[in-house]
Amino acid sequence: MQKRHLIPLVYILFLLLPIYWLVAMSFKTTNEILSGFSLFPQTFTWENYATIFTDPTWYWGYINSIIYVSLNTVISVAVALPAAYAFSRYRFLGDKHLFFWLLTNRMAPAAVFALPFFQLYQAVGLFDTHLAVALAHCLFNIPLAVWILEGFMGGVPKELDETAYVDGYSFPRFFVTIFLPTIKAGVGVTAFFCFMFSWVELLLAKTLTAVAAKPIAATMTKTASSAGYELGLLAAAGTLTIIPGAIVIYFVRNYIAKGFALGRV
Amino acid sequence: MKTQNNRAWLFVLPVLLLVAFNALIPIMTVVNYSVQETFGNNQFFWQGLDWFQQLLRSDRFHAALGRQFLFTGMILAIEVPLGIIIALSMPKKGIWVPVCLVLMALPMLIPWNVVGAMWNIFTLPDIGLLGYFMNHTLGISYDMTQNPIAAWMTVITMDVWHWTSLVVLLCYAGLVSIPDAYYQAARIDGASAWKVFRYIQLPKMKTVLTIAVLLRFMDSFNIYTEPFVLTGGGPGNSTTLLSIDLVKIALGQFDLGPAAAMSLIYFAITLLVSWLFYTLMTRDDNR
Repeated sequence: MQKRHLIPLVYILFLLLPIYWLVAMSFKTTNEILSGFSLFPQTFTWENYATIFTDPTWYWGYINSIIYVSLNTVISVAVALPAAYAFSRYRFLGDKHLFFWLLTNRMAPAAVFALPFFQLYQAVGLFDTHLAVALAHCLFNIPLAVWILEGFMGGVPKELDETAYVDGYSFPRFFVTIFLPTIKAGVGVTAFFCFMFSWVELLLAKTLTAVAAKPIAATMTKTASSAGYELGLLAAAGTLTIIPGAIVIYFVRNYIAKGFALGRV
Repeated sequence: MKTQNNRAWLFVLPVLLLVAFNALIPIMTVVNYSVQETFGNNQFFWQGLDWFQQLLRSDRFHAALGRQFLFTGMILAIEVPLGIIIALSMPKKGIWVPVCLVLMALPMLIPWNVVGAMWNIFTLPDIGLLGYFMNHTLGISYDMTQNPIAAWMTVITMDVWHWTSLVVLLCYAGLVSIPDAYYQAARIDGASAWKVFRYIQLPKMKTVLTIAVLLRFMDSFNIYTEPFVLTGGGPGNSTTLLSIDLVKIALGQFDLGPAAAMSLIYFAITLLVSWLFYTLMTRDDNR
């Protein structure tokens, strides 16, 4: 091992320390946590996890989050695909302005939109539904999806399209049977990023829901304030929110970097 | 070369409608509030540009804006160089590369409030790992609920923990795209490590670095959940960044007019700085 490889090693240790502490806390009893410092759980307990998996207000939080995140991912990728194709292949009236305008929505502070979103979704009767959160997250996920997909599509030579037309393919058939398989890594990465940014967002998700579609993150903040700070339970719930991310990241591990570069490497 | 085709608009239409629904209606609501005064009961009175004038003269807004720029400036100054250094020292290939990448990306996939809660648990003075280590092993008094400097250092460290990997992953993607021949040529010429970095690696990383800086600027400037969960903006107002202040005014005090005016100025600043980056980014593409 070379000496310079120590730098990433130390960095990864730094990243893992707070995560270790969260996981360790989740296996401790409330008594142990409050009685003082211990590096490892002394009386190892599954009780915190048992509470989460048996109490509907807890586990429905997870189900709600997964429902609106999946819904958002499907919507974002589905509408972004044709749009990204248009941006990558054609010049049209106002294309550059439109592209920048889309990006501006990725820059909007969520705090700016919290109140108007609440009123808008209440007015159209979607308040406290999974669809409301899924649609609201489109605000920043669609621009991102268009941006990443456009980057990946830009890497596919235009000759592919032209050859297909010469061979008599109609556009929809070309797009589904030839073009999509060519950029499937890009589609996977885009879906991953939509999943990720919808999964981690809380402010809008919390503002747009009350009971029926309440995300896990909101359940956590409620518990933190009402139940006298049950740290062990909070840590267990937090640990469980890391798992979906860890699973999806495994599938795109070879493309993460390219995805973060928005397909432009 | 792209072909001119205005029917491409049809492809863009679904995106346009969805984003417009989410962006235009709320932003018009905000504009509407920003020029009116309300005392509840859905009664509104024309207020003109008073809220904007008040806001631009208010010390509270200046303080929050100052803290926001200080925060974003420190974040960029730490995360960008650190990210580059880590990316440069990563192995180029081998079985450990995917493991490293996955572990590094992990913090970014944790919900933002969990990040805040996690760092809260991590830094509790007597029972948190970091808090215990500082107070009892090193003997440095450390309690971020009491000391503004400790609170700032914790918020900054948390963000470095959370987002430096973004810069690392982007730079790494740029670095692995450099062909070996470049390095061989540099070795033959006897180029120093610095020269290799300055004339080979840095130019290759330029595009991805611009994206990294743009994303880090936007996200750190709009940050809300993590510092709010960690410090609640305290102690006092010491870590009340722009978003936290905005939510306090809008949802806490329900002062819709001032909050709306603040939203618009806030958004305008983000847009202006991002537009500068965007033009710098695309300037080279067009050449």
